[in-house]
Amino acid sequence: MSDLVSDNLNMVFNVSTGGTVHALKDVSFTLKKGELLSVLGPSGCGKTTLLNIIAGFIRPTGGKLELNGEEIDGPGVNRGMVFQQGALFEWLTVAENVAFGLEIKKTDKAIIDKKVDEWLDIVGLAGFGHVPTYQLSGGMQQRIALARCLINDPDLILMDEPLGALDALTREKMQSLVLKIWKETGKTIMIITHSVEEALLLGERLFVMAPRPGRLHKEYRLPFAEQGLTQDLRDVKATEEFGETREEILTMIWNMEEEIMGQV
Amino acid sequence: MSGYSGFIVGFLFIALIVACIFATIYGRKLIKTEKTDAVFGNPTKALGGWHWVVTGVSFILLTWFYFSWDAARAFNPKSANELCQIAKLDYAVNPIRTVFPIDDNYLRGTRLLQREEFQLAGLEGKIDALGLNEDKKAYALLIIESMREAMNSLASDKNLDPTVRENIAGIEERINTLTTNMADPSFPGAPTAKQIELAENQGAWGDPLNEIPLHPASPRGYKFDAAAKEMRSIALDFGRIRNTNAAFLAQVEEQKSRLKTFNQLTESATGLSDSEISERNDFSKTLTRVLRRIDDGLIFPPTALTGIEAALVALDKEQRSQQGAVSLYASLMMPGGSIDAGTSNCSEQGSGRWLPKPSDTILTLARISDPEIGYKGFPLLWYKMKPVSEMIGFIVPDFIVSLVPGEFPRHDETGLTTSNFKTSVYNFATGNFDLFSVPVPAGHIWDSLLRVLAGLFFGILLGVPLGLFMGLSRFCKGFFDPLIELYRPVPPLAWAPLILTIFGINDDGKIFLLFMVAFAIMVISARTGATGTALSKIHAAHSLGASNRQILRRVILPNSLPEILTGIRIAIGVCWGTLVAAEMLAGTTGIGFVENVARKQSDYEIIWTTIIILGLLGLIFDLIMRWVINKVIPWRGKG
Repeated sequence: MSDLVSDNLNMVFNVSTGGTVHALKDVSFTLKKGELLSVLGPSGCGKTTLLNIIAGFIRPTGGKLELNGEEIDGPGVNRGMVFQQGALFEWLTVAENVAFGLEIKKTDKAIIDKKVDEWLDIVGLAGFGHVPTYQLSGGMQQRIALARCLINDPDLILMDEPLGALDALTREKMQSLVLKIWKETGKTIMIITHSVEEALLLGERLFVMAPRPGRLHKEYRLPFAEQGLTQDLRDVKATEEFGETREEILTMIWNMEEEIMGQV
Repeated sequence: MSGYSGFIVGFLFIALIVACIFATIYGRKLIKTEKTDAVFGNPTKALGGWHWVVTGVSFILLTWFYFSWDAARAFNPKSANELCQIAKLDYAVNPIRTVFPIDDNYLRGTRLLQREEFQLAGLEGKIDALGLNEDKKAYALLIIESMREAMNSLASDKNLDPTVRENIAGIEERINTLTTNMADPSFPGAPTAKQIELAENQGAWGDPLNEIPLHPASPRGYKFDAAAKEMRSIALDFGRIRNTNAAFLAQVEEQKSRLKTFNQLTESATGLSDSEISERNDFSKTLTRVLRRIDDGLIFPPTALTGIEAALVALDKEQRSQQGAVSLYASLMMPGGSIDAGTSNCSEQGSGRWLPKPSDTILTLARISDPEIGYKGFPLLWYKMKPVSEMIGFIVPDFIVSLVPGEFPRHDETGLTTSNFKTSVYNFATGNFDLFSVPVPAGHIWDSLLRVLAGLFFGILLGVPLGLFMGLSRFCKGFFDPLIELYRPVPPLAWAPLILTIFGINDDGKIFLLFMVAFAIMVISARTGATGTALSKIHAAHSLGASNRQILRRVILPNSLPEILTGIRIAIGVCWGTLVAAEMLAGTTGIGFVENVARKQSDYEIIWTTIIILGLLGLIFDLIMRWVINKVIPWRGKG
């Protein structure tokens, strides 16, 4: 019963110039507990809108969205969110940032300290607790954002291009970290990304979305995330299967972009 | 002014010159030797440079020491006294000098003749407007012509009366004697015992109540003082010389009687228009005045006074050479003015007057900092003992008395009143009981500070929450924006008269005025801060389970802190400026009040002292705010 069920989700925005934009059209899918889903698509295909609706920041104009059998109505602790730029509270230290959700719940101080230490250790930032966040690099900030989200023990973790702003090396390390956390915690994770490689690596399932109106175009079931848990990520990328799938999806998205250009 | 502080000033002056020169040389050398790895326009080129700070500070201080003549006084405290004696002679010569084209283009006689001729010609031109018949017009013209003749006759050398000629020669002689005496080293002889006594008891340059010592105290001083005395007497006698003669006086009398006849003609005439009557009155009045001025006898033949003029030039040359080193000292060390003598005192004129000397300013500051002296019977910054009962009475609201059951007691048959519980509560609530006293700060500075801090406190207390809500709620923004935008653009001082009239000249009005100033600034800055919160942070807090209240307190408020603190910093500055002006408008304490009283008394030292105090306090406020900003929001600009 701990599934995310989307039933004919529709989102229509009114534009200030008059007229409407159909951001999402009849999006239906079911995400089972413990699944790792990546969502890919050209810009303007409604990826972020979908994520914001699931997070509860905006309400859909049509359709139904349920998590664990309960309709989603506004933001909640059962859905954790990781943003592209971390969105850390720079007036707090690393430890205070991670502890934010527990503080809100008025958890016991000793438990908070213990859990914060645990999570800092998991994301590889042990000993950085007292450091102000603005002194850290982008990759470290993303690790804090991850720990801040996970310490709340959410049922579903939503990631909005979490690794988009990082350099290639840091990015690869973070990808391993995400896979490791997915495996160890068994959380349901939904990742939005621009990068085809990342979508393949961090997706047990992969949705390719199409724009105008935003809709699910194609779904894949992929073996690479499982492989990535045991093998080096570069080895996974080097396999023939990975290369073929990547080319297929790239061509698909390329054609979509061409189509958009043609429409304009 | 003790010699001790003169020594300090002199030492400082030289030290500052040395510092200024060395810092400049060091800076120049650094520019030449430093390998500049930054192109023009790169801001890193402006980093560092403490030596230029030294140059700048020394430059300002040197300018102050120099143009206030503090350095001049420190190096030669007696110079002012000598310059005063020289100024005395200058002042004494003045009445004679103005007769000659020395400070003016014309001889005084030339100027008088030109002026009266202009008047007479003007009257001639207006003669047709008087409504006179031909006979009377001829009569009027006759008066004008005769007057012109009489006036011009004075310019002729052959009409010069022998007695007048003799008097002029006498003045010339006396001036020449004075010139000879000036050159004589033994003039005026040894000072008398009285002179020496006056010189010794007159205090020094810069003593309070005695700006510049008046009595001569040096050989040169004695010489110029004596010369000035003689010159005053010569000038007096010169002023008594009038160029008239019997024929001229007879002519003046004749014109007077003619004018009388002309006036009678006007009085007896009928059928004149109003403008003709007023024109005729003007005509005869002007003629009377011209006649009176000619009668003064200040017009001399063009060459009659050349002897005196030459004597004056010779005297001036001699006294200049007698001034010697002190005049050089004055032109070097006393820029922007000079020492002037009046009838009974000498004073600094120019920058030495309105720019107080640093040493005097510091001594004045030290003097009025003494709580026993203060300013207008109130210390600058000190403490006073305040009974705790008064404070309790202030804090406890009076209405609690009415909550106590029962009535106030009435007097009994014997005329006595017995206190009851209600009386006791009343005394407690109004602070009317005895308890120990505690020291609290008091003084002009404290009053000003308290007003600013109180206004600021209420402005922050109400402005920040309102600003935050205005940044978050459409209703709050729409409802309160018109109110704030209606009063905020009005300069605070434009509100001052209204608010001070409503609330009175005591603290209430000023605090309310400052509250208005701070409130608008705080609302706007808090609003900017709230609006500027990144949406992703709000979303993150929502996902972490924070309630609206928690988001406001834990995300939006800390996120707005940079704007709020910057707002406080601006508000302090604006409040400080508004307060001083408000205190000048009304009130009996505060720095602005002190400055305003000093302004009315032209007490430059107090004015500058208050300026320095205000500047220092403003600087301290700003430093504190900068420190607070660095401590509280170290992440500013790094998010």
